[in-house]
Amino acid sequence: MVLHMEVRSVGAGNEASDGAAPAGPSSAAPDDAAPAPAALELRHAAKSFGAVKALIDGSVVLRGGEVHALLGENGAGKSTLVKILAGVHQPDSGEVLVNGAEVTLNGPAAARAAGIAVIYQEPMLFPDLTVSENIFMGRQPVRAGRRIDRGAMNRDANEIFAQLGVVLDPARPARGLSVADQQIVEIAKALSLNASVLIMDEPTAALSNVEVDRLFRVITALRGRGAAVMFISHRLEEVFSICQQVTIMRDGKFVMTAPAAELDVDTIIRSMIGRDLGEMYHKTGTVPGEVVLAVDQITRENVFYDVSFSVRRGEVVALAGLVGAGRTEVARAIFGIDRRSSGSVRLLGKALPNGDPTAAMAAGIAFVPEDRRQQGLVMDLGIDHNVALASLHRLSKGGLIFRSAERQLAVTWADRLQLKYGRMRDAVSTLSGGNQQKVVLGKWLSRSPSLLIIDEPTRGIDVGTKAEVHRIIDQLAAEGMAVLMISSELPEVLGVADRVLVIHEGRLAGEFARADATEDKIMRAATGQVAEAAA
Amino acid sequence: MTAPAAPLTPVQAPGVPRMARLLRAREAGTLALVLLVFLLTTLKNHNFASSGSIQQLLVGASLVALLGVGETMVLVTRNVDLSVGSTLGLSAFVVGNLFRTEGIPVWSGFVIAIALGATVGAVNGLITTLVKVPSLVVTLAMLYIIRGLDSKLVNGNIVVPSQVPHAFIEVGYETVLGIPWLAIIVAVVVIAVGYVMRTFRPARELYAVGSNPDAAALAGIPSGRRVFVAFVTSGALAGLGGALFLALFAQVDNSAGLGYELNVVAAAVVGGVAIFGGSGTVVGAALGAMLLNTIQQGLVAVNSSSFWDEAIAGGLLLIAISIDRLLALRVARSLRSAEGAHREL
Repeated sequence: MVLHMEVRSVGAGNEASDGAAPAGPSSAAPDDAAPAPAALELRHAAKSFGAVKALIDGSVVLRGGEVHALLGENGAGKSTLVKILAGVHQPDSGEVLVNGAEVTLNGPAAARAAGIAVIYQEPMLFPDLTVSENIFMGRQPVRAGRRIDRGAMNRDANEIFAQLGVVLDPARPARGLSVADQQIVEIAKALSLNASVLIMDEPTAALSNVEVDRLFRVITALRGRGAAVMFISHRLEEVFSICQQVTIMRDGKFVMTAPAAELDVDTIIRSMIGRDLGEMYHKTGTVPGEVVLAVDQITRENVFYDVSFSVRRGEVVALAGLVGAGRTEVARAIFGIDRRSSGSVRLLGKALPNGDPTAAMAAGIAFVPEDRRQQGLVMDLGIDHNVALASLHRLSKGGLIFRSAERQLAVTWADRLQLKYGRMRDAVSTLSGGNQQKVVLGKWLSRSPSLLIIDEPTRGIDVGTKAEVHRIIDQLAAEGMAVLMISSELPEVLGVADRVLVIHEGRLAGEFARADATEDKIMRAATGQVAEAAA
Repeated sequence: MTAPAAPLTPVQAPGVPRMARLLRAREAGTLALVLLVFLLTTLKNHNFASSGSIQQLLVGASLVALLGVGETMVLVTRNVDLSVGSTLGLSAFVVGNLFRTEGIPVWSGFVIAIALGATVGAVNGLITTLVKVPSLVVTLAMLYIIRGLDSKLVNGNIVVPSQVPHAFIEVGYETVLGIPWLAIIVAVVVIAVGYVMRTFRPARELYAVGSNPDAAALAGIPSGRRVFVAFVTSGALAGLGGALFLALFAQVDNSAGLGYELNVVAAAVVGGVAIFGGSGTVVGAALGAMLLNTIQQGLVAVNSSSFWDEAIAGGLLLIAISIDRLLALRVARSLRSAEGAHREL
């Protein structure tokens, strides 16, 4: 990913769009005076997955010729809302209206037929087929005998690219296209379908500056054609440069919609957070001891730069920031999964070799990854095998591993972590998310590490178990472990950490002690709204 | 409106035809290898270039090329059909046996063979798409089931030339303008299916399904139906292959088509069909069959020790595929470099 620090230029988007929008002044009050029905409206949609209420009250009104930002913290319900509009999820309640008429979007095809196109952060193309075939798959122009007319297909693709003001070879295979070009192909596909509503889910997250500028020109062109665009981004400067309307969500609920011109950064951030921290977090006051982890000026080219910090015994340090800011990448470079371009990492005073996870493990680092299904667990194996997996060397006797030793180890940790299970040999795939996380924790803790790195410790875990995981982290620190936690949930960061480091686009953008860390300060640092604080 | 944005991907005015050439180069490369092996062998043994020898080369590659057409259709969808060899054997015996016991007309032999193969393909396709068992497992099981059924049916009662109508056997050895009928039939199938695979929407959807199944679902492609048709076609062509086998050898026991599935998959892969789906052409697969057969017969023609025949054929195959992969990697890199150029902006 390419990262930058400077605020993006605001010019290109707005100037060009003012004269081009045919649907009348786009800044008119949207609610009462609008004569035409909204292109797409979602009213009070709710969606639960099991016990998790992903969306409680989702509402948004998209109008033709308008770019509408959807904002909210991670977990505010934006993705669920998008997937409802994309026809991927069906809402439990609430309604969807297209041009004023209620519709049921019971699948991606239905959403497509209703003129809704969704462009995901990572586009979904056919790498082996040509660009034009990707655009027109299933609808290729044909001539006599229903034979595909490749010439016409490439011409049509070129015509759409010209409307968008981009140049792309329609006859080349999609394999090897940059993410930015893949998005252009997706947008061209949407146009070829005559989509009247385009929903872009964090389209700029993986783009360089130049690519973002080009995307904004394309969005402006779309607006000029009268399309309704919904734009999701964590970068507030982008929102102000391209969007006319802003809708803010929090905790799965609609908070407010207002013209972008009437909002400022403060109001937006306050609306995005603004809630009290319940007594969900129990914090044992510990006096930090010696330095366990010392990270000195580590850089991984194009990913993060000059990151320095330390973690002491008994201390929980949180790495906060937006998704994609480079937090996980920093942790991976410390553990040695990714190589560092420069800088050093010392554990208990001893330098760790670059790019060597085995050495990091031997030195006493445990790494609990974000994606436990893919990277933390062998889903088809039993609880006992999974817990023992990282300790096989210690458990083996003469090269043999005895099941009884595995079981004993697993039982010990299952008790300590209050794991809820049927039998030890049950496959971990049968456990709930929270209990799976406990198995991963047990697996690493059984190695008695001096540093625990834990990435998104409570993602996808129900509220009750969440509190238990927080209590375990607190307890570990109280017992003298150094903990480095990555979390996108601000309440968790504030409730669990002794110290908060904020990363913005690959650089440390702020450091706050527990006493003076607030959601507001962290959010500002994470969105680049403050001048770089001393790291 | 606004001036067009500066192009991020360099304009490839001269690049478009070059790209088309590169893509076709996969087939052209295989053809060049066939000719190279042919020339090298001819240098050693001048008889290799005689018309009789060339006819033999064409006939020898025909059955594998024919089955390779159906296999390609299955492979591009990210599936595989390992039952084609058994299906060919069953079809050859059943048709031969019907000639012997029922005296059915010659034309109906082909129809029955195709129908029988299509039925096997339909079973493969149904289990793969409805029950969602991986096709590798389904068709491997089918390989053994049909082989067992075949052995039971034959039961020592093999079909011999005197029991097959003369008009049917003629298809196996008669020629038109020096080209064997067998090769003409297969060439027609290869060209026809090759054209269909390039030209019609449902056929392009086979590639889409194999290239990115999730995107195919989002695009509303009925993946199950498409994969089913691919299996039915593969089975039907294997059935037709059985009839042609009978015409060619006029003698069928329960070992007919034994091991063909591996030759067929190898031919397709040598001819540039991606084993993980999404790309490859039936013409490429047919040329792959030509290459394999030319290498094998070339080794015989230069009197290489028969002990080493298979090892040398395998080695040559590895070299050919390695060269092909290296070329493909270079193409991939050239595609990426266009991107790299503007990523650094």
